[in-house]
Amino acid sequence: MNKRVLSKNTKMISHYFEHDADIGIIGRGSTIERAFESAAEVVFAIVTNLETVQPDISVAFEFEEENLEFALVTWLNLLLGKARELGMVFCHFRIHRQGNLWQAEALGEKWHADLEHGVEVKGATLTMLSVKQIGEIWEARCVVDV
Amino acid sequence: MDLQQLHQIQPYLWTLPLKPGESRKEVLLYGSKPLLESMDDKVLEQIANVASLPGLVSAAMTMPDAHWGYGFPIGGVAAFDAEQGGVISAGGVGFDISCGIRCLRSKLNIQDVRPHLSTLADRLFHTIPAGVGEEGLLKLDTKQLDQVLLGGARWAVQQGYGREADLEFIEERGCMAGAVPANVSELAKKRQRGEMGTLGSGNHYLEVQVVDRIFDTTAAQAFGLQENQIIISIHCGSRGLGHQIGTEYLVSMAKAAGRCGIHLPDRELACAPIKSPEGQQYIGAMNAGINCALANRQILTHLTHETFMEVFPNSELETLFDVSHNTCKIEKHKIGGKSRVLHVHRKGATRAFGPGHDTLPERYRAVGQPVIIGGSMGTGSYVLAGSSDNPAFASASHGAGRALSRHQALARWHGKQLIGELAQQGILIRSRSMRGVAEEAPGAYKDVDLVAEATEQAGLARRVAFLRPLACVKG
Repeated sequence: MNKRVLSKNTKMISHYFEHDADIGIIGRGSTIERAFESAAEVVFAIVTNLETVQPDISVAFEFEEENLEFALVTWLNLLLGKARELGMVFCHFRIHRQGNLWQAEALGEKWHADLEHGVEVKGATLTMLSVKQIGEIWEARCVVDV
Repeated sequence: MDLQQLHQIQPYLWTLPLKPGESRKEVLLYGSKPLLESMDDKVLEQIANVASLPGLVSAAMTMPDAHWGYGFPIGGVAAFDAEQGGVISAGGVGFDISCGIRCLRSKLNIQDVRPHLSTLADRLFHTIPAGVGEEGLLKLDTKQLDQVLLGGARWAVQQGYGREADLEFIEERGCMAGAVPANVSELAKKRQRGEMGTLGSGNHYLEVQVVDRIFDTTAAQAFGLQENQIIISIHCGSRGLGHQIGTEYLVSMAKAAGRCGIHLPDRELACAPIKSPEGQQYIGAMNAGINCALANRQILTHLTHETFMEVFPNSELETLFDVSHNTCKIEKHKIGGKSRVLHVHRKGATRAFGPGHDTLPERYRAVGQPVIIGGSMGTGSYVLAGSSDNPAFASASHGAGRALSRHQALARWHGKQLIGELAQQGILIRSRSMRGVAEEAPGAYKDVDLVAEATEQAGLARRVAFLRPLACVKG
């Protein structure tokens, strides 16, 4: 698990882009998987201040998807769905790709009143959706509905 | 939006001329020059894409409050004929299926409420689950949720939430036919287990308002509205369940479109022929999502009524109307003098049946359907009535429409400061999210007065009353 501590949410400003009604998010990393993990952090940083979330509970899941861009949307929506189903907020993410199979793990804690209330993210969309390599960096982006 | 590329047909109606070699149906944009000028160019691109979908009838249209959405612009209206290969589009319905506004009228007036407004706002904030992480009091298992998805607001009334009389003033009488809970995934149902009777966040709200101005006394009388009367508006939708349906079907329809021979200019326009198995499956799930939203607003209505009773014993809240603005409904419309059955997509657009429509409650039949344009928390909202000569498949605007992105708003306003400024204007805000308040700053929205005026001038609906905000619970 990538245990690196997130920088303050405000320092993540370069991970967002403009959309009229909602919010564009950008995840970046040295591999596709790291870019997906970064995208998940960016999404959950809209929900709360991730620095204050404890990675106490682990949730594992997997899904199949051959298309990289649909995989990004599926990954983010499964995370948001699991978080809501379990009443949790996630702060650390790991995903591993083996062919079309994506194995994922998210760590976080149950939602409680002491956590900073951000904005609920309802889901990732296909708008401005792209997963591409720019130089040595992979970039995963889409608009999330809030 | 650069108006040079448009042709003005009437003072409040514009069209986008076809470019050489372009193959699509007509595009119609309703609104005033200033409103259209303030729209993002993406609106035009998106509605032109909609006009290229198979089986579109007449034209793809945008309402005066249109803004950049997902595939479809928000404020987009498009009707399709199943018999002509018409499609159903998850993007044309939106993620928050059946998001809408429940409007309640009280017998209280501003003088009754003003001295107790702070207490009322606090009590509502305490009672209404709102914002990220907040769960409702109800915890439903899958079997119970299936009953919600079949029964809608009718289910909620049967469980003791609200009154039978509410149902008459909800679209579809509170229960959307054709719902198929089996077409809704387990994850969608799991997401919803704790979310019945919750407001959500983003642009959702519960607002206490006062009737500030009457425009149409006859319609106002039919709607039971008079100046200084207290009104409550609840804006929310189908919560996590609706979104899960939207996202899952969007991906599956995007993949299916190629198999069905449909060229998608934008993947977010993902659609399937209405008569295809994929199309029918989505329609069953979407109708279930509509019932989820109707039940949700019914439970919130009940919680609101109970809270009012605590602060104002014996107070009565009646449902004025409940109208959805993210739907696809099967309706009959006259096209070229012939009645046709169409699938009318309204993405961020309100149904606005005119006087005499047989689905309207008898009380409103002579004046037309109540149409609610929700504004920002600092400006106000409008109640309108559907026009008999509505040219847009009986559709009208649904809100003010954003002028600034959430990011721009966040950079410009601070939640706490904004709450203080609004309090000085006599508007009380209750929210756990200062970020959410800043993103929803009144200055981030277009002028709702211009939207309502353009809606009337374009012949979409007639202004009946202006509602001024007094207290707002935000997620």
